[in-house]
Amino acid sequence: MAKIKDEGFVNSQPATHNSYSHLQTEKLMKYEAVIGLEVHAQVLTKSKIFCGCSTEFGGSPNSHVCPVCLGYPGVLPVLNSTVVEYAVKAALAMNCRINEWCRFDRKNYFYPDLPKAYQISQFAAPLAEHGFIDITDENDQVKRIGLTRLHMEEDAGKLVHAEGYVAANKSYVDFNRTGVPLIEIVSEPDLRSPKDAREYLQKLRSILQYLGVCDGNMEEGSLRCDGNVSIRPVGSEKLGTKAEIKNLNSFRFLQKALEYEIQRQICVVEAGERVIQETRLWDTEQNRTISMRSKEEAHDYRYFPEPDLVPLHIDQAWIEEIRSSLPELPEAKVERFVRDYQIPRYDAEVLSTTQSLAVYYEECVALFPHPKVVSNWLMGDVMRELNSRNIDISKSPVSPTSLSDLLKMIDQGIINNKIAKSLFEEMFDTGKPAGEIVRGKGLIQISDEAELEKIVDRVMTENPSVVEDWKKGKRQAIGFLVGQVMKATSGKANPAIVNEILQRKLL
Amino acid sequence: MLREREISSVELVGSVLDRIGEIDPLIHAYITVDAQEALNQARKADRMLSGQDADSSLSGTLLGIPVSIKDNMCTRGLRTTCGSKILGNFVPPYEATVVRKILDQGAIIIGKTNLDEFAMGSSTENSHFGPTRNPWDVNRVAGGSSGGSAASVAVDEAICALGSDTGGSIRQPAGLCGVAGLKPTYGRVSRFGLVAYASSLDQIGPITKDVADCALMLKIISGYDPLDSTSVDSLVPDYEKSLVNDVRGMKIGLPVDYFQEGLDKEVEESVRQALSVLQNLGAEVSEVRLPHTEYAIATYYILATAEASSNLARYDGVKYGFREKNFSHLIEMYENTRKEGFGAEVKRRIMLGTYALSSGYYDAYYLKAQKVRTLIKQDFDEAFKKFDLLVTPTAPAPAFGIGEKVDDPLQMYLSDIYTISANLAGIPALSLPCGFSREGLPIGLQLLAGLFQEEKIFQVAYAFEQNTDYHKRHPNPGGKG
Repeated sequence: MAKIKDEGFVNSQPATHNSYSHLQTEKLMKYEAVIGLEVHAQVLTKSKIFCGCSTEFGGSPNSHVCPVCLGYPGVLPVLNSTVVEYAVKAALAMNCRINEWCRFDRKNYFYPDLPKAYQISQFAAPLAEHGFIDITDENDQVKRIGLTRLHMEEDAGKLVHAEGYVAANKSYVDFNRTGVPLIEIVSEPDLRSPKDAREYLQKLRSILQYLGVCDGNMEEGSLRCDGNVSIRPVGSEKLGTKAEIKNLNSFRFLQKALEYEIQRQICVVEAGERVIQETRLWDTEQNRTISMRSKEEAHDYRYFPEPDLVPLHIDQAWIEEIRSSLPELPEAKVERFVRDYQIPRYDAEVLSTTQSLAVYYEECVALFPHPKVVSNWLMGDVMRELNSRNIDISKSPVSPTSLSDLLKMIDQGIINNKIAKSLFEEMFDTGKPAGEIVRGKGLIQISDEAELEKIVDRVMTENPSVVEDWKKGKRQAIGFLVGQVMKATSGKANPAIVNEILQRKLL
Repeated sequence: MLREREISSVELVGSVLDRIGEIDPLIHAYITVDAQEALNQARKADRMLSGQDADSSLSGTLLGIPVSIKDNMCTRGLRTTCGSKILGNFVPPYEATVVRKILDQGAIIIGKTNLDEFAMGSSTENSHFGPTRNPWDVNRVAGGSSGGSAASVAVDEAICALGSDTGGSIRQPAGLCGVAGLKPTYGRVSRFGLVAYASSLDQIGPITKDVADCALMLKIISGYDPLDSTSVDSLVPDYEKSLVNDVRGMKIGLPVDYFQEGLDKEVEESVRQALSVLQNLGAEVSEVRLPHTEYAIATYYILATAEASSNLARYDGVKYGFREKNFSHLIEMYENTRKEGFGAEVKRRIMLGTYALSSGYYDAYYLKAQKVRTLIKQDFDEAFKKFDLLVTPTAPAPAFGIGEKVDDPLQMYLSDIYTISANLAGIPALSLPCGFSREGLPIGLQLLAGLFQEEKIFQVAYAFEQNTDYHKRHPNPGGKG
């Protein structure tokens, strides 16, 4: 079992996340980080990669198992061809070259969650290589991140150390996840900052989600990330000694862990010491990386070709068939949104993050053809409500039709923006259409000039000093008067018309 | 015989069980005998045969025939030990494909036969359950690793048997026990349910009293299996049609590299005599070179042990089988379980294989061995351009004494010197009796053919059998029977 060593670094100081923040900016600026990510994505097939068991998440322990995934004596793996299809999809979407021949290898190590004591993976001849993903870096520059390889493998099971078990000096193994198909995507060390890394992972996740290859759920572990980090003096071409960081399983952890690790390494080097090659673990409680095992303690996995599976030939015609079935990917969508809807690139990127958001956006624009207005609402109120309740837009209680109706009401002057915002919240809570709530509460905007004039007159009579102020040249006094009119009408007055009447009357 | 109702299945199974009761304490061919279930099945078979039972699930070529199964093939509900302490209590919840196939043909499983632990050995002395003795001389080994299967057939404790062959484990014991045994082409027979020793070399095959039974059994167990990706999806010929007593024009190669130092004189004489029998029947015999033969053993012991080190890693005490109770943490549980659960030869091979795959040694050992394997295969490809068949001795000498080679692994490994190449090349090879030593021990003749050319082997072997009577002799262990 991996021993987890715990030590402070420079001068054994207690290493908290902030412990390196004393580093002066100029010291930080002397170094450049070099980062590569290894991402494991669970492939959304119904059955496991080498047997017919279900891949469903959350079954009772050991309910999705059979002799094959349990590694019983004499059983043999049989490759699920849908996994290959999905992996090819992902590889094509990430601009990889699909190898004509690939094969599986055994990665040997002992651990109770690995029933065969080897993982069937791809080592020497992976499915695909030489890909790339384009990201936009901090300076708004497009940066091409190379992909070394994309390969297929099986997942391991899970150890359960529940409190009661630990007290009884026992651990249990749940093999439900054993044999669930994964693709591993390894990037080149082309990332230069934690933000780059985050951007890359977001892009990668978005592609996988678009393809339907992976649900991208990092909390449930269907997308997992490890990173390789080193530092070097700015301008140097030589790579520094890298540390592998495990457990970067959320965008926040990824960024925090990389920031921490870069600072740690700079500190080590600044203190005149050397970074050692090792595997480190991001400790989410202490907000720091801790050493898991050194290079000397690293496993010798004794890879060799899996003799129970035959080499896999990927037919060119099949590749083309899959290529032609690929959906529009985020990048192409961004371009199209910018071109067709004339919205800023930033908006287009946000709206293309997930396919469901993009679909929602396009449905709204089709019903209410004011792309930037729709974009503002989606990126503002809609996303805020969704995020605060942690629901996906595809399950939004406010449908595209409903939202468009609301936006039309503003456009037609039936309600004002302020009321629309509170109205939206109510629509979100109740699922009722805008019109119904507006009618029920009498929220329709007052645009009738005669009626508004009466109210304006009353407000002016009640506030003679303010009127005086205006006349003395204090032009901002008009704001107070508009506010009073709004108050008198419970916010229903059409502000533009009120302004117009006031301007006329005050002169 | 059964169909003509000269004898009932109950009588046949009963006589086999009687024979086991009488002789097996001496021979020890079986680890597990499933007497009750065998008799139940025999009664069912008899009802079928007499037309009293219309149960269509019970019919077929092997209806009512008692078969023994090497104890490394999984039998649903019947203990499958692999001759090892570590699987001493293992009862599979599934059936090996070959077992299912013979059951579908109505066969009756008499029991599970003894073997070298995890099929690693050439004498069946490496069994946790004790050695199997040679029916022709109980002080000698039965060969291995399918020693129990070969002995059970030789001594009428079964009508026929299934064995497995990774480097000669069917052919060598068949040769030493005077019966027929075939290692089919790699991929011809499904390996699903065969507990793996070396996956790229393992192949299941029949051990029978004569070549005709061998052809019949192969026909039944062959074919593509969706559960085994390495099984080959090609038509299974009707092998019985190859049983013709005619070898005229057959081109037979005699690999000179096999007739070198270390070959017993009596064995050489018998093999050369067999060749002249075939020549007299009209076969054309000439010499052939297989230049990489001398590397076969080394190559085999790198590749087979490498695969074994990985295949046997799953026996860790976590999920099934034996777990040593004495441990204080996980690593110790692994260590103590494997230390107590595996025998010496298995541990030796796991260590050899682990070493061969280790970082820094992989290229020098495993990778190099893979390359030599290709060269050995090419030797055969070349030879089979000119020859229909190659003929060699099965083993360098007749059965050796029990205990004679247990302390000398290298000498033991050399017992497989003539059989190993067929596994490395994936080609089919059969052993059949071709003579007896002066001490009355059987001598085996090995016939090898190109990939999926089992029919040629059967044709020549059948013709040889029709013109000799070595296969008709019977051992008489303990002076009884």
